[in-house]
Amino acid sequence: MLRLTLFVAMMILVVPGAWVVLTAFRPNVEVMARPPVWIPQQWTLNNFLGIFGFLPDRQQGLPVPSYFINSMVISLTSTFVAILVGMMGGYAFARYRFKGKGALFLSFMLSRTVPGVALSLPLFILWSKIGLIDTKFGLILVYMAINIPFTIWLTDGFFRQIPADLSEAAQIDGCTRWQAFWKVEFPLARSGLASAGIFAFLTAWNEFALASQLTRTTASKTMPVGLMDFTAQFTVDWTGMSAMAVLIIIPALILTFIVQKHLIAGLTFGGVKG
Amino acid sequence: MKFFRSPQATPYLLLMPAIIVILAVVLVPLLVSFWTSFTSYNLVRPDSLYNFVGLRNYKRLWGNEDFWWAFGRTVVFITIALNLEMLMGLGLALLVNRITWGQRTLRTIMMFPMMFSPILVGFQFKYLFNDSVGLVNNALFSLGLITKPIPWLVDGFLANFSIIVAEMWMSTSIFAILLMAGLLAMPKDPIEAAKVDGCNALQVFRHITLPFLMPFIWIAMTIRSLDVARAYDMVKIMTNGGPAGRTELIWTLMTRTGYQNSQMGMANAMGYVSILLSIAFTIMFYRNLSKARVFMGGAQ
Repeated sequence: MLRLTLFVAMMILVVPGAWVVLTAFRPNVEVMARPPVWIPQQWTLNNFLGIFGFLPDRQQGLPVPSYFINSMVISLTSTFVAILVGMMGGYAFARYRFKGKGALFLSFMLSRTVPGVALSLPLFILWSKIGLIDTKFGLILVYMAINIPFTIWLTDGFFRQIPADLSEAAQIDGCTRWQAFWKVEFPLARSGLASAGIFAFLTAWNEFALASQLTRTTASKTMPVGLMDFTAQFTVDWTGMSAMAVLIIIPALILTFIVQKHLIAGLTFGGVKG
Repeated sequence: MKFFRSPQATPYLLLMPAIIVILAVVLVPLLVSFWTSFTSYNLVRPDSLYNFVGLRNYKRLWGNEDFWWAFGRTVVFITIALNLEMLMGLGLALLVNRITWGQRTLRTIMMFPMMFSPILVGFQFKYLFNDSVGLVNNALFSLGLITKPIPWLVDGFLANFSIIVAEMWMSTSIFAILLMAGLLAMPKDPIEAAKVDGCNALQVFRHITLPFLMPFIWIAMTIRSLDVARAYDMVKIMTNGGPAGRTELIWTLMTRTGYQNSQMGMANAMGYVSILLSIAFTIMFYRNLSKARVFMGGAQ
């Protein structure tokens, strides 16, 4: 009974996603088939070739390669800077006592509660005025700001797990505080920082609400925004859209598997010991 | 200048870049949207940005039935979704906790929906619930349960139902995983002691397990409340607020007003309402989290 319930629960979690992945590899006729065909009878890569424009008879030659490159550049750059800046902030909160610490921490967290959609309106106005609309830089700035508070929260927790004695001992042995950080505390916090980085990357990679308003053309459009290209037409191209979905999910899939252990530890630690 | 070289300045210097970015990308835009919510700013007429109209936008919102429907629907949507996710997540965590084999594999499977971005979850359920090619109708047909397609995303009630199903699929596992971490951290002695004293399984759960899990429940709620607005992506691709505004949430109504009708002033007024709504939810959960922590006392 227990196992049956568990089995059903796991099926519910897996089947919807698996169905989309399977659709990405099936010929168009199977989409309409009734009763549903579970495992594609003829595996095909045509859906992927189609969205990359290699099949002339399918009219959807979408600029998927440029969407993919845009997504990569924007997510990687914003993640790198957010981790650097967030790490500095997290270190400050974990290791120093200073005036306004509590209020500052709270303000960072509050800035994270502002919904992206609500922020997109004034950002659209401002970015149009200063010419950042439809540029990668404009979006990189926004994703940095979204990821910094959460990175601070996570890294604060990771640095506090490392006893302050370690860096003090290094300083007594003649290291400067700077050296003590890079030689002692940074290596210990590295795996935690890596997971914070992957988390930031995924946030940027998956973001839609802001990207859909702040991008216009192939100069800066990202993968999630590109997915909407398929619905602009009267008929929805299910197989093409599924292929695009698989391209979005693959990096996320790989990264989440790498990070899963640290992520859970980071979230619960930061929360419970507050 | 002297201050910046003193040791007291170090934390401020470390925080400086973070503060500057947040000021530039969050606070300044929020001030801009605060200002525009008091103007009749229309994207088509740029000079209307300086046309101050006082509280007119907010007054119109107050009397706007569509807005109140969207607002109410959003609150109901958040409440139903978060509570169901919490209950299902708790059930799932307790279930997996009782299994002694393959917990790691099960946890990995549970991570699966978390990898999907909201826009993908929206697409996936738009596909599954589609009335002609969707798997749900297709399966029901094949089992002989229905004779004509159920219009999942076309009927107002069913469309809201479908969106909540999609939302739950996406977020139940976050609750389950965080609660599993809580169950793992739980000391076994009090449970043994309670059993010796004659408590039944339900009493143990009610008086020991649940109070211990409360902080974890509130952490999960707080984390979720930070990104409830992600539901915008899902609704946008699944129904885009339709049919006839029956699935319109405050977020979709806001972008429609701002970008399609160009009424930026009005849209920013809605934006402020939605920001206050998000902050209210977060503060509520955060306060409960603090209370639960105090209740746990020295255990933490």
